[in-house]
Amino acid sequence: MGNYPADLKYTKEHEWARVEGNRARVGITFYAQEQLGDVVFVELPKVGAKVSQMKPFGVVESVKAVSDLFAPLSGEVVEVNAELLKKPELINQDPYGKGWMVVIQVSSPQEVNALFTVKQYEEFLAKGGH
Amino acid sequence: MSQPSDAPLKRTPLYAVHVKAGAKMVPFGGWEMPVQYAGIIEEHRTVRRAVGVFDVSHMGEFEIEGPGALAVLQRITTNDASALAVGQVQYSLLCYPDGGIVDDLTLYRLADNRFMMTVNAANIDKDWAWVTSQGQGDCRWENRSNETGLLAVQGPRAEALVGRLADVDVTAIGYYRVQRGRVAGVPAVISRTGYTGEDGFELYVAAADTERLWHALLDGGKGDGIVPVGLGARDTLRLEVKYALYGNDIDQTTNPIEAGLGWVVKLAKGEFVGRPPIERVKAEGPRRKLVGFEMVDRAVARHGYRIVKAGAEIGTVTSGSYGPQVDRYIGVGYVPTAHSKVGDEIEVEVRGKPQRAKVVQTPFYPPKVKKH
Repeated sequence: MGNYPADLKYTKEHEWARVEGNRARVGITFYAQEQLGDVVFVELPKVGAKVSQMKPFGVVESVKAVSDLFAPLSGEVVEVNAELLKKPELINQDPYGKGWMVVIQVSSPQEVNALFTVKQYEEFLAKGGH
Repeated sequence: MSQPSDAPLKRTPLYAVHVKAGAKMVPFGGWEMPVQYAGIIEEHRTVRRAVGVFDVSHMGEFEIEGPGALAVLQRITTNDASALAVGQVQYSLLCYPDGGIVDDLTLYRLADNRFMMTVNAANIDKDWAWVTSQGQGDCRWENRSNETGLLAVQGPRAEALVGRLADVDVTAIGYYRVQRGRVAGVPAVISRTGYTGEDGFELYVAAADTERLWHALLDGGKGDGIVPVGLGARDTLRLEVKYALYGNDIDQTTNPIEAGLGWVVKLAKGEFVGRPPIERVKAEGPRRKLVGFEMVDRAVARHGYRIVKAGAEIGTVTSGSYGPQVDRYIGVGYVPTAHSKVGDEIEVEVRGKPQRAKVVQTPFYPPKVKKH
């Protein structure tokens, strides 16, 4: 279907993680941005912040909704997409590209096993996504 | 809105049309309504730039007719209904004896002894019970909400579009004026009113004709760039011009004076329900005021967030959002009069953290309604 790249891992809270070695780039899925509608605000952690798997690491707000962001993996934030502070609409326009949020230096690589594969995530969405 | 979760949601005559158009449907005040079609920001900006059409058939319409109709309206509404000429419309309020607001409404004088009031969808049952119990006299009330469809056509291109489809000269209909005519062949009450801060019309039609008119407007407005607009953009549009939303900014606990609605309270007309407490607040000066503010820190204020100052709670945000046209995070809320001046610094508590905001001049966006 193209909306969910096969090389990503997914959470039940609709974040994605692109694991590259010991690092993981993180954002929200096509489904998440579509459910939220126009994103108008994002609050992200600072570089150096520690995040824990499936604990909130930030907030995304659309015109009508406020939603926590959950870390797919534990570790330390090593990059933050500062562009989103000025252009939060990138999350709607390009959720897997320019809409990325943070890069995490992963502290517990085995946590990846707890994430959905694309097939599992699509099945999860087919059952309602919650 | 307090609505039992198991109560069936009501639908307008256009429900199936919205679903087919891909609208996102949400519960609103007991109704299942389109919150957006293409997206709130795009819909909002299209109304400011061109024209949009809104299904607001969920609104309620009551008619009152008879020799005693005017006297009844003078008693239960706060504005001076006697100032209305036939064909004129007036913004007004229903108040409780303690000055709290039952609802805000538009009042139409359709004939010497016949009026229509348009009320908020979530309040139809409450208002109907109120007006029929408080508004007794030599007149008859009729609840026409179910048989009436209502489409709002709003934006700088609205006049050209409705003008092409109507069999009357709509350019001759002034702001807050109303005239009967046909639009795309559909008999309509054509009202030059709206809730967006743009020029435009609200078209009251028979429920059964609503769908035909909806399609005629969308087809006829293609060259104008018309889009269907949901309740999401309706809310951000009205917020940018600081029009009150019942249930958010005003309710049974708010007095018209503190809500900044003193201009629709006419003490000179004589007695009316709620007058003594309103008169007292006006004489003493309100202790709190509904002000507009703009966020200074990066944060979005939302309905219900606390307004604080030096660690102490001083008020509440009643509406807040990103303003798609003004491109700022804006809001309105009640603050003590001492903190209500333009430029006053306040804070909004967002997720436990105070974020700086300042009281600003409102409306945030100057209305472009037609004044003549």
